[in-house]
Amino acid sequence: MRAIITVIGRDRVGIIAKISTVLADNNANILDISQTILQEYFTMMMLVDLSGITVGLEELKKKLSEEGEKLGVTVRVQHEDLFRSMHRI
Amino acid sequence: MISSYEILETIQMIEDEKLDIRTITVGISLFDCADSNGKRARNKIYDKITRVAQDLVKVGDDIEAEYGIPIINKRVSVSPISLIAAASGERDYTEFAVTLDRAAKEIGIDFIGGFSALVHKGYAGGECTLIQSIPQALSNTDKVCSSVNIGTTRAGINMDAVREMGFIIKKTAELTATDGGIGCAKLVVFANAPEDNPFMAGAFHGVGEGEAAINVGVSGPGVVKAALERVRGENMETVAETIKKMAFKITRVGQLVAREASKRLNIPFGIVDLSLAPTPAIGDSVAHILEEMGIESCGAPGTTAALAILNDAVKKGGIMASSQVGGLSGSFIPVSEDAGMIEAVKRGSLSIEKLEAMTAVCSVGLDMIAIPGDTPAETIAAIIADEAAIGVVNGKTTAVRIIPAPGKGVGDTVEFGGLLGKAPVMEVSKFSSANFINRGGRIPAPLTSLKN
Repeated sequence: MRAIITVIGRDRVGIIAKISTVLADNNANILDISQTILQEYFTMMMLVDLSGITVGLEELKKKLSEEGEKLGVTVRVQHEDLFRSMHRI
Repeated sequence: MISSYEILETIQMIEDEKLDIRTITVGISLFDCADSNGKRARNKIYDKITRVAQDLVKVGDDIEAEYGIPIINKRVSVSPISLIAAASGERDYTEFAVTLDRAAKEIGIDFIGGFSALVHKGYAGGECTLIQSIPQALSNTDKVCSSVNIGTTRAGINMDAVREMGFIIKKTAELTATDGGIGCAKLVVFANAPEDNPFMAGAFHGVGEGEAAINVGVSGPGVVKAALERVRGENMETVAETIKKMAFKITRVGQLVAREASKRLNIPFGIVDLSLAPTPAIGDSVAHILEEMGIESCGAPGTTAALAILNDAVKKGGIMASSQVGGLSGSFIPVSEDAGMIEAVKRGSLSIEKLEAMTAVCSVGLDMIAIPGDTPAETIAAIIADEAAIGVVNGKTTAVRIIPAPGKGVGDTVEFGGLLGKAPVMEVSKFSSANFINRGGRIPAPLTSLKN
């Protein structure tokens, strides 16, 4: 499955690096990435291919959440189709 | 790729505005479970439900985890039990309800609907027995929901059944008095009941349905309210357009989840119900949408017109988002399940009479309303007759889910907990309708029924 990963929180050094490392360690492939600062909040969105991940989806979500907690950001993993079906006809 | 703005909008709808899937409901036909031996019939029913819907909860949880959209309830609806139990010849169907309850608990679902009878034109076979069994059935089970259809546009209104349901509701309240009469929260009296409704307490798997079907109901009053906050002071066209756009997005999520659940459970997709269903949570209220449109407190003059705009726009926006639309499809106005409705009753702006008027322009009817425990059964029956008349004459579904709260009077509040919320006891007319109700018979079908 392809998922959208969103990372939202206060900006600091190394957010992209740390989150990308978790993904790489678990064989999740980043297809697209965009990042912006909205009202002082760091907002990153990634399109990620999870079809080759070496752990279960729940486990990966947990690892990302734990990493996010250390960084003070919220990490969400959601199937791409949720956004596609809502915003594309 | 989807734009950042769109991604953030979706996340905001889910996290802040409480967009969720209210229910994935699996409809299951029990026609092949009828048996001249009641015990054998119940075994077949138990086996079939636990076989067909055994993965429902797991699939619901998986979809929730993958898509990040909350799925609040997983439910099952079955063929009207009156039709299945009739062959058993038993004089009490409570055991059938207990079997449904046991099956529901085994597969871990939230509710099971279909302890139902369709008597709009008359009683057949086991329908009388089923109705008589309702109070015991609802007081001996936790998850079973019951419904009785007493009128249709084609058949008119069965006033014998209307009268009987007044007494059945009273009895159900008495038998569940220690829990505020909660049995009545699981009992709906319908006119023009839909056969593919995923929402409780009125869900049952209709006689024209297939072997099984996935029906999905969405919930998103908070999303609509937030969107309307951004167009304050604009004209009605803008209000309607804004609601339509949001309804489209909400319904697309319902369609996505319904398709996915259908694929994973290998059960055909039935319908998406285009309903706005509130919950007692703050920010998930239909009344607050009406107030956002400019009504000071829900129930004030203008409320019916505001609800009419809302209901119409929800349908227009939703219809294009789903390949099959059905169920109740419209806005719900349950009092106990909607924080804004509760406040409006307490402020004195919302009465039963105003709610009745509102039911003429939205889906369902007088829903989750607590009334004084000493309200006569005939008065309850007359309230049902009024609602049925609105539904039958206007060719729409109406329903009554009313709780004569035992030992309570106007000003008291009944707590049900969970999605059922809490209900302030509302005032009912003191004038008698007994002579009208005691006439019995059938109100003829209206002229509008002759469409051929």
